[in-house]
Amino acid sequence: MIEAIGVSKRYGETVVVDGVTLRLPRGGVTAIIGPNGAGKSSLLSMIARLLPMSAGQVRVDGLDVARTPGAVLAKRLSILRQDNHLPARLTVRDLVAFGRYPHSGGRPTREDAAHVERALRYLALEGLAERFLDELSGGQRQRAFVAMVLAQDTDYVLLDEPLNSLDMQHAVAMMRLVRRAAEELGKTVVLVLHDLNFASCHADHIVAMRDGRVLMQGSPAAIMTPEAIAAIYDVEATVHEIGGRLIAAYFA
Amino acid sequence: MGARLLLAVLLLLAMAVVSLFVGVGTVTPARLLAEGPEGPAMQLLLVSRLPRTIAVLLAGMAIGVAGLLMQLLARNRFVEPSTAGTAESASLGLLAVMVLAPEAPILVKMLVAAGFALAGTALFLAILRQVPLRSVLMVPLLGLMLGGVIEAVTTFLAYRMDLLQSVNAWTAGDFSGVLEGRYELLWVAFALTVLAWFAADRFTVAGMGEDVATSLGLDHRRVLAMGLFIVAMVTATVVVTVGMVPFFGLVVPNLVAMAMGDHARRAIPWIAVLGGMLLLACDMLGRVIRFPYEIPVGTIVGVVGAALFLALLFRRQARLG
Repeated sequence: MIEAIGVSKRYGETVVVDGVTLRLPRGGVTAIIGPNGAGKSSLLSMIARLLPMSAGQVRVDGLDVARTPGAVLAKRLSILRQDNHLPARLTVRDLVAFGRYPHSGGRPTREDAAHVERALRYLALEGLAERFLDELSGGQRQRAFVAMVLAQDTDYVLLDEPLNSLDMQHAVAMMRLVRRAAEELGKTVVLVLHDLNFASCHADHIVAMRDGRVLMQGSPAAIMTPEAIAAIYDVEATVHEIGGRLIAAYFA
Repeated sequence: MGARLLLAVLLLLAMAVVSLFVGVGTVTPARLLAEGPEGPAMQLLLVSRLPRTIAVLLAGMAIGVAGLLMQLLARNRFVEPSTAGTAESASLGLLAVMVLAPEAPILVKMLVAAGFALAGTALFLAILRQVPLRSVLMVPLLGLMLGGVIEAVTTFLAYRMDLLQSVNAWTAGDFSGVLEGRYELLWVAFALTVLAWFAADRFTVAGMGEDVATSLGLDHRRVLAMGLFIVAMVTATVVVTVGMVPFFGLVVPNLVAMAMGDHARRAIPWIAVLGGMLLLACDMLGRVIRFPYEIPVGTIVGVVGAALFLALLFRRQARLG
């Protein structure tokens, strides 16, 4: 379970995350949604100890992330932020293999190699495994980074806007992969999404943020209403049931 | 991969043997045999040629690997000790010891220079964090400017104290003064290179950036501190013993990266071997090009390195374009 208790982030006078208290149970896919500047990415980064908190506490399976040694936490929780720019020239396989770093400490065993192969297969990267990252497209690179996080094999996987720089086909594939990881591998996935409809179709639980606070949370059915969408985004939308899924139309 | 590296090491050793017989005084295998172990040729070999060859190899290895560490830690392809204020700071530190404690043993001088180099590099990284960087080339430009400012301070102080000649000796790499007993500090640089190799994975992970490194459970700060320590010590030992060889730490890791990437555990042996080879080749070239006079290796590397560097830049553009 991930527990955030009164978590805040302030930069001088500006409050980015304002006393968020949140409990995310183990298992399933949770999507954090909200308009730009709602504090979604900051909250995710604080949960993953990448960003120091101004106030509050985050516990992952009871471990205080601010106090637990980084190496211990790295076996339970992984995060992928957006904009992964890598100046170093590494092959896809090298990068994914570094996902095993918390377990192998740089001395990969046969088990580590199996994890790497599985992660490459999961993201359909076998054909690109020996290519250098700087020779790939943005979407391929993004998939390589997700494969690295998957190879890390943590119970909790946090993804900050993983659909960035992915085209339609790969965005859908990525969300299906997230579902598979949750169902087959028993991962708890928390991800920040911009597209409400992806959250509706693939998440078990949606957390809606606005102005640094959690405005509402619940199942997709609870969030996918015109009233809720108006409250979250200030956008007029209609919600339609298409093929058993709730789709919000807000394009016109 | 292992066989090719072995081949490269053999080539390096062959070059080292040739280097023993290149120079003004006549040293040939025939003379060595004819005169025996006490003859002047053997003396020349043991006191000058052998130390010089070892010094070149050690320096070439250490500077190349230090360059890679800086490139990983600064996350920029174009950073090395002479484009980040590191070498200039070491030189300033050396001047400070010369002025304040001229009688200090060489080890103390080296440590003070290393302290200055550490401070200078930390300052460079602190500036990088404050400045929004719109282009990768901004980083080395900033470093060159910082280095220029520090160098100006050094030059001014040295001019006032009549020490300009000593300062020149530190800034222009030259192995002609290497004799037995005056280069052994470079073994420290070699030991640090080996240390860097043992910690290679940590440096590669740190090179993925603070967020990724933290997510992988790495203490980014500690690795950064260790890397800076190694780079500062290597730079200081090289500056103290033979003088800085500019751009060398940039060219060698980039050449290796083009061929086989930046995975430090695999790249470091190649950088070390190629670094030793390239610097030895430049040094030998400097010995024969104007025989019997010498051209300092710093000058040769400047020319060769600049050409290689430009080729790198153009190739890079061709790939991006």
